[in-house]
Amino acid sequence: MKSKESIMTQAIANFVCGLFALMALLPFILLIIASLTDNTWATANGFSFFPKKWSLDAYHYIAVQWDTIGRAYLMTLVVTAAGTAVSILITTLFAYAICQAEVPGMKLLSFLLIFTMLFNGGLVATYYTYVNYFHIRNTVWALIFPGLLMNAFNVILVRNYFTNSIPVSLIEAARLDGASEFGIFCKIVLPLSLPIVATIGLMTGLMYWNDWQNGMYYLTERGGGHLYTIQIILNNINENIQVLIQNSSSLGGMNIKMPSTTVRMAIATVGILPILIIYPFFQKYFVKGITLGGVKE
Amino acid sequence: MSTKSTAAAPAKQASRKKIRWKRILPFYLMALPGLIYIIINNYLPMFGIAIAFKKLNFKMGIWGSPWCGFDNFKFLFASSDAWVITRNTILYNIIFFLAGNIVAIAIAILINEIRKKFVKKLYQSLILLPFLMSWVIISYLAFTFLSAETGMVNNSILEPIGREGINWYQERKYWPFILVFINVWKGVGYSMIIYLSSIVGISMDYFEAARIDGATKWQQIRRITLPLLKPTLITLFILSVGQIFRSDFGLFYQMPRNSGALYPVTRTLDVYIYQALMKNNDYSMSSAASVYQSIVGFVLIIGANKLVKKYESSSSLF
Repeated sequence: MKSKESIMTQAIANFVCGLFALMALLPFILLIIASLTDNTWATANGFSFFPKKWSLDAYHYIAVQWDTIGRAYLMTLVVTAAGTAVSILITTLFAYAICQAEVPGMKLLSFLLIFTMLFNGGLVATYYTYVNYFHIRNTVWALIFPGLLMNAFNVILVRNYFTNSIPVSLIEAARLDGASEFGIFCKIVLPLSLPIVATIGLMTGLMYWNDWQNGMYYLTERGGGHLYTIQIILNNINENIQVLIQNSSSLGGMNIKMPSTTVRMAIATVGILPILIIYPFFQKYFVKGITLGGVKE
Repeated sequence: MSTKSTAAAPAKQASRKKIRWKRILPFYLMALPGLIYIIINNYLPMFGIAIAFKKLNFKMGIWGSPWCGFDNFKFLFASSDAWVITRNTILYNIIFFLAGNIVAIAIAILINEIRKKFVKKLYQSLILLPFLMSWVIISYLAFTFLSAETGMVNNSILEPIGREGINWYQERKYWPFILVFINVWKGVGYSMIIYLSSIVGISMDYFEAARIDGATKWQQIRRITLPLLKPTLITLFILSVGQIFRSDFGLFYQMPRNSGALYPVTRTLDVYIYQALMKNNDYSMSSAASVYQSIVGFVLIIGANKLVKKYESSSSLF
């Protein structure tokens, strides 16, 4: 039996949630439409959900400029894949090690790890250390190493999973059979932990894909231009526009080559496309990552 | 005979020790890469805090440069910037927490009521979508709406109703609202999922019993759901108290597009530190601000955790 109240509840819930869902989606639709709008029309009439003149010029421009953009795409993929793989490896190894309560020193390691969540040297000290002692500027390491490779949060998630979900008896049995610790880790622990590995892997991959700050800190146009990822290119376009606006009065015709508005939207569209494509398939891991990480178990 | 046994004992002990080492050594090797990483990424920079107490000279490096005591901090706090960036950082964090959680709880409760599983999942996925994007991408999205010349808002909303277009990136008064809106828009999916998982965990028996007693939906939400979400809210609250001195650099750096006119309402500690360091190469100001942020942040986290331990020890962080 459907009561009047339950029909009301359904109506309100669907209306409000639908509204928010629409609000989340529409800006992306506008971005994609903007990238498909004729540039002259957009300049005259502004971006619109219903442009009167469509055009593929922006994508044609990207195809012509594929040297730069394709390279940036490749770079994004390489950095994301390499960073995520190494991150998963050192995160799970470290988490497995600090699970071993009987091994002396592991308590200290746990403390050292957790302390990194409470206190840090801040941007200036980190930047100075990486640039002056590790000479990371304009190397590919700048995109992989600082800040992203391992974080305490993920280690704790994995450690909790290990202690809660992997039967100790299984590991003991393998030990009695003479398996080495590394063998146990690779053949028993990791295969049993695929859900959590997928979850942190996806979150880490997303972080690498979306990162623009390391590029902004540690790469310069002249020395590190060949290392630019899509996000760094998008960020640089923003910065160059700001320079143009700030100097427009004093410098008149400054010589910064600026892609047209619709081309910028097209580059942004190309940057988010992979996320939009894989998201429906991996949605459940994203949700899991959030529920696991959001509230301490 | 007695000598024999005393000679055998150390040998036996030694071999046991050897076996023990062989057993635990692999674990140290496993921890090594991660340990090296946190030493490089987290612990070495902690020594760099010394920069804030030095008059940095690049030729001499950190340790060769002369100490200058608290001079850098004196300069920082003598400027009016120090007050503005601290105020912005703290106020925005408070508003973000309030607005973000109210919206997230409301949506979580409503989405939980939706019966059609497919629709529920679709809404949930869509609302989470902005969370997956970088702030650079979102600055592009915002630009399609807010650009003074080509923006959707000016061209398709304000002008058709006969209003003059607004120069969004120059007008200070709109930005507190824009920043709060965009931050909630991007983050609400994340907190909504956390709350939803707590709501799903509430036993159906409570609602069943309430329904039999004739409670309306609204009464069920007020008397059952909301009180049971309190622990989750408290945990999130402590986390954000600990973070109140940190701001989302991406949000405050990318959204206002570095527009100087907006600084008084958009510049936070992290943006200030970045600009002082990278744009002005001013190590003394940026390092002082950076250390100020680290130390106050540390004190706040410890304080928040102490408070929770006293109040509800099960949700303390460490």
